[in-house]
Amino acid sequence: MTARIQLRDKEFKVRSGMTIRSALLQLNIQPEAVLPTRDGELLTDDEILQERDEIRLIAVISGGAY
Amino acid sequence: MKCRKCGEKAVIHMRQHKLALCKNHFLDWIPKQTQRFIHDNKMFIPEDRILVAVSGGKDSLVLWDVLSRLGYQVDGLYIGLGIDGGNGYSAESRRITERFAAEHKLDLIIYDIEEHEGLDIPTAASMTRRGRERPCSICGLSKRHIMNRVAIENDYDVLVTGHNLDDEAAVLFGNTLNWLTGYLQRQGPVLPNRSGLVKKAKPFFRFYERETAAYALLRGIEYIYDECPHADGAKSIYYKVLLNRLEADRRGAKLSFYLSFLRAKETMVFTSEGDDVERMLHPCTSCGQPTSTPDLCTYCRTWKEVRDRRETVLEKGIES
Repeated sequence: MTARIQLRDKEFKVRSGMTIRSALLQLNIQPEAVLPTRDGELLTDDEILQERDEIRLIAVISGGAY
Repeated sequence: MKCRKCGEKAVIHMRQHKLALCKNHFLDWIPKQTQRFIHDNKMFIPEDRILVAVSGGKDSLVLWDVLSRLGYQVDGLYIGLGIDGGNGYSAESRRITERFAAEHKLDLIIYDIEEHEGLDIPTAASMTRRGRERPCSICGLSKRHIMNRVAIENDYDVLVTGHNLDDEAAVLFGNTLNWLTGYLQRQGPVLPNRSGLVKKAKPFFRFYERETAAYALLRGIEYIYDECPHADGAKSIYYKVLLNRLEADRRGAKLSFYLSFLRAKETMVFTSEGDDVERMLHPCTSCGQPTSTPDLCTYCRTWKEVRDRRETVLEKGIES
């Protein structure tokens, strides 16, 4: 029951069934500093993570900090 | 979450506006909002010749895209800094910028610092006292000087930059922490032209950084994802992180911080220190650009110091 979240060269495993926003906060990633995508499609962060989801985060802060 | 305008699946939720939009409505919303900011702040009119400073990053390329879609006469200026950083940063940003210009049939001016000054930014920085560890100081100074010079020499009416709300809020935060009243007074979305200084405008000053990134992604605009290798550890990024923490708890906090500042400025809450600086401006004895420092402007003085030091280094090399 896991989904994967990737940010630059880091990958995190999280429990599916929660929103992307909750997962980001749990991982200590600032939701304002990233854009979540799935298969290249932009998502809102209220999207519920499904099992085996692969979410790629686009960092938006200049310099790449989050 | 559904698009407020059509009920389709939303691709972005702008919490500060309580607004979620689908791809089509977001791509329509950004240019419309930009036009409103331009008009409300009297930035420029369709008859003006506009020069946009383009770095190859998301904000400046998106700005160029949006302004050209809105029908403005807008050319690009790319400044070659000669930064490698192990990933060919400047070469890649130039490639992306040239490709964007070619694909959109837009005119681009390339100004390569090494061609004009004989040294690239990292090498020049290594020869100054302040720049040895961090070249950002001479880099920023050079970019500001060159942008103004190119705009003036080529008769542009306005120089525009892609600064977004996160950039502006971070600068404001830094200036407020240190109560730099002179800087606070001069900070704003529009700087009027003065003798020798072109008018400057920031049409994206109310967009969050994630909105310009989302526009680039949805519009398929390629931009340099890896930021400047020297930006790592920069204070401005630290301030952005702090402000985003605040935003996560209080939606709209960044926007409110900056807009409240602009309103406070209108009520003349700051001193007239900026006016005093303006009264002291005179032409630099070398390049003619306005400066408040005696004799040479900071740009000419810094680059003279770089060239002198380089001469010394070369002479020592020959002697040994």
